[in-house]
Amino acid sequence: MKITSQIIEKHGLKLEEFANIKKLLNREPNLLELGIFSAMWNEHCSYKSSRIHLKNLPTKGKQVIQGPGENAGVIDIGDNDAIVFKIESHNHPSYIEPYQGAATGVGGILRDVFTMGARPIALLNSIHFGSPEHFKTKSLLNGVVSGIGGYGNCIGIPTVAGETKFNETYNENILVNAMAVGHAKKSKIFYSKAKGLNKSVVYVGSKTGRDGIHGASMASAEFDENSEEKKPTVQVGDPFTEKLLMEACLELMKDNSIISIQDMGAAGLTSSSVEMASKGELGIELELDKVPCREENMTPYEMMLSESQERMLIILEDGKEKDARKIFEKWDLDFVIIGKTTNSNNLTLKYNNKIEGEIPIEALASKAPIYDRKWIKKKKPKKSEINLKDLKKVKIEEALIKILSSPNHSNKSWLTNQYDQSVMCDTVLKSGSDAAIIRIHNKDKAIAVSVDSSANYCKSHPITGGKQIVCENWRNLITVGAKPLAITNCLNFGNPENQEIMGEFAECLLGIKEACEFLNYPVVSGNVSFYNGTNKKNIFPTPVIGGVGLIKKLSNPLNHIFKRENSLLILIGKTFGHLEQSCFLKENFSISEGMPPEINLLNEKNNGESLLKLIDENLILSSHDVSNGGLITALSEMSISSNYGAKILKPKKLTNLFKYFFGEDQARYIIEINSNNLPKVEKVLKESDVYYENIGFTQKKYFEIEGELKISTKDLFKINNEWYNNF
Amino acid sequence: MKSTVIVFPGSNCDRDVAVALEKMQFKNQMVWHKETKLPKSDLIVVPGGFSYGDYLRSGAIAGKSLIIDEVIKVANSGCLVLGICNGFQILTETGLLKGTLLRNKNLKFINKDIHIKVLNNKSKFTHKYKKEQILKINIAHNEGNFFTDTHHLEELEKENLIAFKYCDEKGDINEQSNPNGSLNNIAGIFNSNKNILGMMPHPERMIDDLISNKDGVNLFSSLLN
Repeated sequence: MKITSQIIEKHGLKLEEFANIKKLLNREPNLLELGIFSAMWNEHCSYKSSRIHLKNLPTKGKQVIQGPGENAGVIDIGDNDAIVFKIESHNHPSYIEPYQGAATGVGGILRDVFTMGARPIALLNSIHFGSPEHFKTKSLLNGVVSGIGGYGNCIGIPTVAGETKFNETYNENILVNAMAVGHAKKSKIFYSKAKGLNKSVVYVGSKTGRDGIHGASMASAEFDENSEEKKPTVQVGDPFTEKLLMEACLELMKDNSIISIQDMGAAGLTSSSVEMASKGELGIELELDKVPCREENMTPYEMMLSESQERMLIILEDGKEKDARKIFEKWDLDFVIIGKTTNSNNLTLKYNNKIEGEIPIEALASKAPIYDRKWIKKKKPKKSEINLKDLKKVKIEEALIKILSSPNHSNKSWLTNQYDQSVMCDTVLKSGSDAAIIRIHNKDKAIAVSVDSSANYCKSHPITGGKQIVCENWRNLITVGAKPLAITNCLNFGNPENQEIMGEFAECLLGIKEACEFLNYPVVSGNVSFYNGTNKKNIFPTPVIGGVGLIKKLSNPLNHIFKRENSLLILIGKTFGHLEQSCFLKENFSISEGMPPEINLLNEKNNGESLLKLIDENLILSSHDVSNGGLITALSEMSISSNYGAKILKPKKLTNLFKYFFGEDQARYIIEINSNNLPKVEKVLKESDVYYENIGFTQKKYFEIEGELKISTKDLFKINNEWYNNF
Repeated sequence: MKSTVIVFPGSNCDRDVAVALEKMQFKNQMVWHKETKLPKSDLIVVPGGFSYGDYLRSGAIAGKSLIIDEVIKVANSGCLVLGICNGFQILTETGLLKGTLLRNKNLKFINKDIHIKVLNNKSKFTHKYKKEQILKINIAHNEGNFFTDTHHLEELEKENLIAFKYCDEKGDINEQSNPNGSLNNIAGIFNSNKNILGMMPHPERMIDDLISNKDGVNLFSSLLN
């Protein structure tokens, strides 16, 4: 078959890239080889546009066992315990087929974690939908939520935290990011690097079908009006088989049979075999007639490009086949030796003893294209035009109600109740908190996890936005008493061939880098998703940060709910009254211009670490970070699920009531303390030079701002709970 | 006391219930679904999860599995059998318990803490509870909507074979306090000998104040003596 320019384009490759392929092979590729190049060289697998920026991120630290480049990142939490985690996007498939797209997103990220020898202990997600009024939003929301639940509930891993946001920028390109967290023994981590010649390459798990062919290429292109036709490229998930595969792999990992293991995710058999061989600087030979197929007459091309789920590739030590086979047979899974490692440095594909394709591994991996795409700096946004007179047109109570009843701030139990959050019996704190807390099984320590994003901030000023999400994520872990250790990131952006979009990417990353470096909060894994957009309309830049922190001794888990009457409320951090880019202006005046709040990393670090000190000394009853919606929203959230509200006194030096209560200045926390402990608390804060204010005290039943507002906690609850139930 | 937890390939609450049993000093064993013999034990637990994926009716395939024949045998000779969640569904598939579990009324998976009332505390499973005691307990299911024929429903009510009913915080049993549409708010039932209990809520999730509460503890401690 002659490779025409149409065929090349259909494979998502540029003509220059094809010329490059010919040069690397010294000949024209056949169709199978072209398919393999397209699978390995697409944006999703090769990171060709992002790589030069990603390499600037801080990835090292005392706590890091494995940084980016493996199936997932690994960090040390002491006592031979390690935490393995990663976040990944499944945006394009979820828009086309929401249930299966979201479900296989969860399945894929779980495999990344148990491939490394970890038992998954928690799932998180960050999902972004278009405007609630958009005709597709409701069905997409329903499908995605059932898909996430359907997979996690069946396999029996609790879905413990997440964020759900609505913004018209996602009308035609939703975001579905799934994060998985696992626990492993530090001495028993498994990697994908192949070692040794003539070792058996074993295929385990589900059979290969025609689903998901070219899925990764789909994820590397923009949508257009024909996107619906791409349904066949979406994979179909089978959580039951994944459960079998997980248990079988973890059972096999108990002894020393495995040299290398890699899940078949995007680009299936192709990327898994190339990955293992490339890391081990070896060749790999596959006999494709041995691949277990679920459909008849599958061609080598289809087998190599299928993205059928729940499959793994394992390289076994000599003589371990019999025992390994026994384990997979126990779990009723296929176990077939389909090839071996070689010293040829080629990917060799045989079918009925005939070589159907042969490509140097380095052509697929290290020689894959890397682009230093042009990008332009974002201009500083213009100031938002709101004057103090306009502010007075709204009442503080109405403004608060608008925020608390808005889709982005409403209580999300409608969806979180569809996820099993309690299975495994180690969920200490679940969705609806600043971060979730998961106990390490059989131990008295725990981890805290949270996912966060701020697309509006990133859109208006990417560097500040990038810094802000890292800081917010860091704060969320601190408020529940955890020491933040490391992050994973999912970078959702538009078309990188557009210089503005590439600029958003580069600058967000600069912000993330700066904050991570300053906070000693390295990036250990992640994923880039470009081409989020339809017909040239790109989504807002939406990097999502998933953070993990450690609670060394879990005796008094902390949350944000007011605990008792007459405790003192202290606001840590300085309030300047930054209203630009705030929920207040957006919900009340439909204004979304201006700069995001400034990030002062020094204050972030100092305020956060000082709060951790207070928590360690057992001086805190409840704590909450102040973020979207400002001080008043944070205080309401602390009252909503509690029997107690608060009485807030008007600050003495007040510039403007709205700025004070709705401003979104960063590095702030609210803490509830026993009044007897005030001297001790003040001592710690003064010693560390932390700015703080006494803002009031807790009281029964009512949330009140002196002279401005009084509303019962029951009413707050109602206001906060209506939107989803009426949607 | 010796207990046995049956493990299907898709069970996912097997570890949780084993932890609870061991915490209560049961000598527990896990038994794989392909086994054809049960170790001698005083209590058999069929745990929650998705037995064989449950792509067919929940518990339908498990109800025909190798090990379940043995469970039926010992259950009929009086051994105590506890089915939780998917375990309850499986027990109805075997016929050891009558009735069935339909999809939840709202057609969605539901996971939350709800309240149930102990209706019958004169059984080996429930005697450590007070009569009409209200428990806060976790549910997590897609098919928990108990349904049966009028004749059986009458028998359940008359013969005092209803272990638990869904209620609210105050103990009121009504439509608002019914999370999934179950007939008469039924959350758990006995067979006529009261040696078999099937229930949708998860007592094994309620044994630790740090995680939830201890409202499930008395179910396991009742079984100890």
